[in-house]
Amino acid sequence: MKRELIKGNEAVIKGAVLAGCTHYFGYPITPASEIAQAASYYLPLFGGTFIQAESEVAAINMVYGASSAGVRTMTASSGPGMSLKQEGISYLAGSELPAVIVDIMRAGPGLGNIWPEQSDYHQVVKGGGHGNYKTIVLAPNSAQEMCDLTILAFDLSDKYRCTAVVLTDGYTGQMMEPVEFPEELKKAPYKEWALYADQKHRKNLVTSIFMSPQTLFEVNTRLNQRYKTIENNEVLFEDLHASDAKLVIVAYGIMSRVAHNAIEELRASGLKVGLMRPKTLWPFPVKKLKELCTSAQAFLVAEMSNGQMLEDVKLAIEHSRPIEFFGTWGGTVPSVDELKSAIKTTYEKTTR
Amino acid sequence: MEEKEIVTKGKPEALYETFFRKDGKDKSTTHYCPGCGHGRVHKLIAESLNELGVADRAVFVSPVGCSVFAYYYMNMGNVQAAHGRAPAVGTGVARARPDSIVISYQGDGDLAAIGTAEILHAANRGENMTVIFINNAIYGMTGGQMAPTTMIGQKTLTSPRGRSSDNEGFPIRMCEIISTLEAPVYVERTSCTDVKNILKTKRAIKKAFKLQTERKGFSFIEILCACPTGWKKTPRDSIKWIQETLEPYFKPGVYKDASETAQPKPRIEPSTDPEQIFTALNLQKGKSPRATGRNIGEKRIKLAGFGGQGALTAGVAIATAGMHDGFDVSWLPSYGPEMRGGTANCSVIISDKRIGMPVVLNPNILVALNGPSLDSFEDDVTPGGLVIVNSSLIERKLKRADVKSVYVPLTEIATNLGLKAAANMVALGVVLGCEKLFDKERLHEVFKTSLKRKDTLEMNIKAVNAGFEFVQKH
Repeated sequence: MKRELIKGNEAVIKGAVLAGCTHYFGYPITPASEIAQAASYYLPLFGGTFIQAESEVAAINMVYGASSAGVRTMTASSGPGMSLKQEGISYLAGSELPAVIVDIMRAGPGLGNIWPEQSDYHQVVKGGGHGNYKTIVLAPNSAQEMCDLTILAFDLSDKYRCTAVVLTDGYTGQMMEPVEFPEELKKAPYKEWALYADQKHRKNLVTSIFMSPQTLFEVNTRLNQRYKTIENNEVLFEDLHASDAKLVIVAYGIMSRVAHNAIEELRASGLKVGLMRPKTLWPFPVKKLKELCTSAQAFLVAEMSNGQMLEDVKLAIEHSRPIEFFGTWGGTVPSVDELKSAIKTTYEKTTR
Repeated sequence: MEEKEIVTKGKPEALYETFFRKDGKDKSTTHYCPGCGHGRVHKLIAESLNELGVADRAVFVSPVGCSVFAYYYMNMGNVQAAHGRAPAVGTGVARARPDSIVISYQGDGDLAAIGTAEILHAANRGENMTVIFINNAIYGMTGGQMAPTTMIGQKTLTSPRGRSSDNEGFPIRMCEIISTLEAPVYVERTSCTDVKNILKTKRAIKKAFKLQTERKGFSFIEILCACPTGWKKTPRDSIKWIQETLEPYFKPGVYKDASETAQPKPRIEPSTDPEQIFTALNLQKGKSPRATGRNIGEKRIKLAGFGGQGALTAGVAIATAGMHDGFDVSWLPSYGPEMRGGTANCSVIISDKRIGMPVVLNPNILVALNGPSLDSFEDDVTPGGLVIVNSSLIERKLKRADVKSVYVPLTEIATNLGLKAAANMVALGVVLGCEKLFDKERLHEVFKTSLKRKDTLEMNIKAVNAGFEFVQKH
């Protein structure tokens, strides 16, 4: 399609519709509300369903119901709402239901404020609900990726019968950028396990209760194997001058855009710095980070949190290189100059 | 109801003949205790579905509680919901499968305590589903704790001295509450104590299902049932307790019946026609040109003014024009409560290469539509940058000498053109007059597709031209 200047939040919905999403259930929250607003506008135009639910809890459970009935369905929220959705996400995992959730992170804890932060990382990437489960986490940093990764989220969630979360920050949701939407309309695939409310699927059961420990052991084992497959096959990342960098910056979402400027400017002044941007936060690009250890002398993790992804980077490279941290929070976004100066200091301290 | 109803002997087809999903060796009896109401109601549901010939289309939503295992028995589509969420899950199913017969089955703790929001709002939306509410005044599965419907003085594991209204309030009457809502079509409370009442219960359930097949919406059937184990009574004494204690407080009866007047809800199904969906999404087929070989560097623009001056709109317009000219662009607003009243500003970047950080902290072009905007952002402009000052509203000159300044009576020019609100567009004309980004006709094209009112289209084009010409003259 021709390029369209569009907010990231709205690009999510156009992408979702092109992915075959027909049912949206949500609740208003800044800075994610444009997603619900766009859904309420576009979905009814072609017979899709939009419901503004009575709560975040109800919204995620409506997603659970619609997903069990086999359609492509989604919801979106921000930190405080994501906290409420955790119950539903755990049940989705236990019942092996596909679902797409978009989290436009704002600053916390508590009511915090509406400005961007990246502090839902632990909750989303590690799983904020109960039980052994994982959700695929995709991390767009542009309006184009808000569309593309939403579409991918639907495909992956159906492929693996799990929740896929599109995790980004208030700025990536709020900013307008040119987006080229695909010219293909996808459809929800046929799901033999789903409740189509007909004779053929009458024996189907969607549940997460397994009273026998042995049965639940097997369910968890099956899920773990599936998670292993995802880890092996679905890692996505982007790197910028990373392969010959002495210092590799690891950043995602809006922070990777700040890093982009900082790295281009520092490269121009002769510093061998590069960017490794995870596009999937789970599965995390562990292998790529390990590979970079052959050339990188140190890493700098830059996040708008108190160091949440930092832990995954440490685990990935097993502390084989020094890892420094540059963090900010509370809704503050660093300037390119601030990040540049942190990179320079780290560069001087850790590289030869 | 017209049909003659009987409670059939043996199992209806919609109950599994053998309970193959049940744990353990016994696959022929239920897990319910002697005297429990669940098994009886399950059978009435199954019979009603079979009699209406809709069991294939049925989806049973089981709650958390003793009936969490209803799927052992119900021979139909089954989905198990989180505690209290069955009506939300049922909503999802009903909306996804418009021909389904959704049965949201809940106990009193599930429905009237943890799930209060879900039941009220599903009812209020008039979801095309039937809610079966088993009220036995106690939490059965967790071993006999107090429910929202537990009677005053009733002893449970969490009201060991008896429920006290001072501490726990009064038993909630759900039928009465639900029947105050506009949307529900049928609301009835029955009790499952004897043959007569069992038949009444079946009639209510079947009527609810029938209304669903007619797409008439939401029905709520509350059934007073015994929990001899939780109540620590014999099944016979339990029946007596329902009659003597529960029924006087939870009075059986029809609380609402709009079945004659209710209009069927439309049956909605999404289109799968790509053309219809592309049109709905307002997508334009084809490819957009990309600017090649034209070096404009990176223009970082900050547009600011008070709410209503259109700083954000102007930002979108110039970014769109830049995009159509093939450049990479970004637009970022100040968002949230900040936009309501006070000043509004946005960051726009137009670049010949990939854009990184979309926030403009140090603009090389600042458009200040009012005084506070100039005060806020003057210091941030990069040395050598351009500051466009709306001299109609800003009397002072710039404090800085290391930036280029252009003083333009933007509001006055716009007012003279007959559209005071177009000062923002005059400003864009000034920007294009000072900086060689792209032809001002690019902006005209943007207006043609984005503005709905033809009269303002002409005016906005004139406003851009006026700003552009002001720069040529001065």
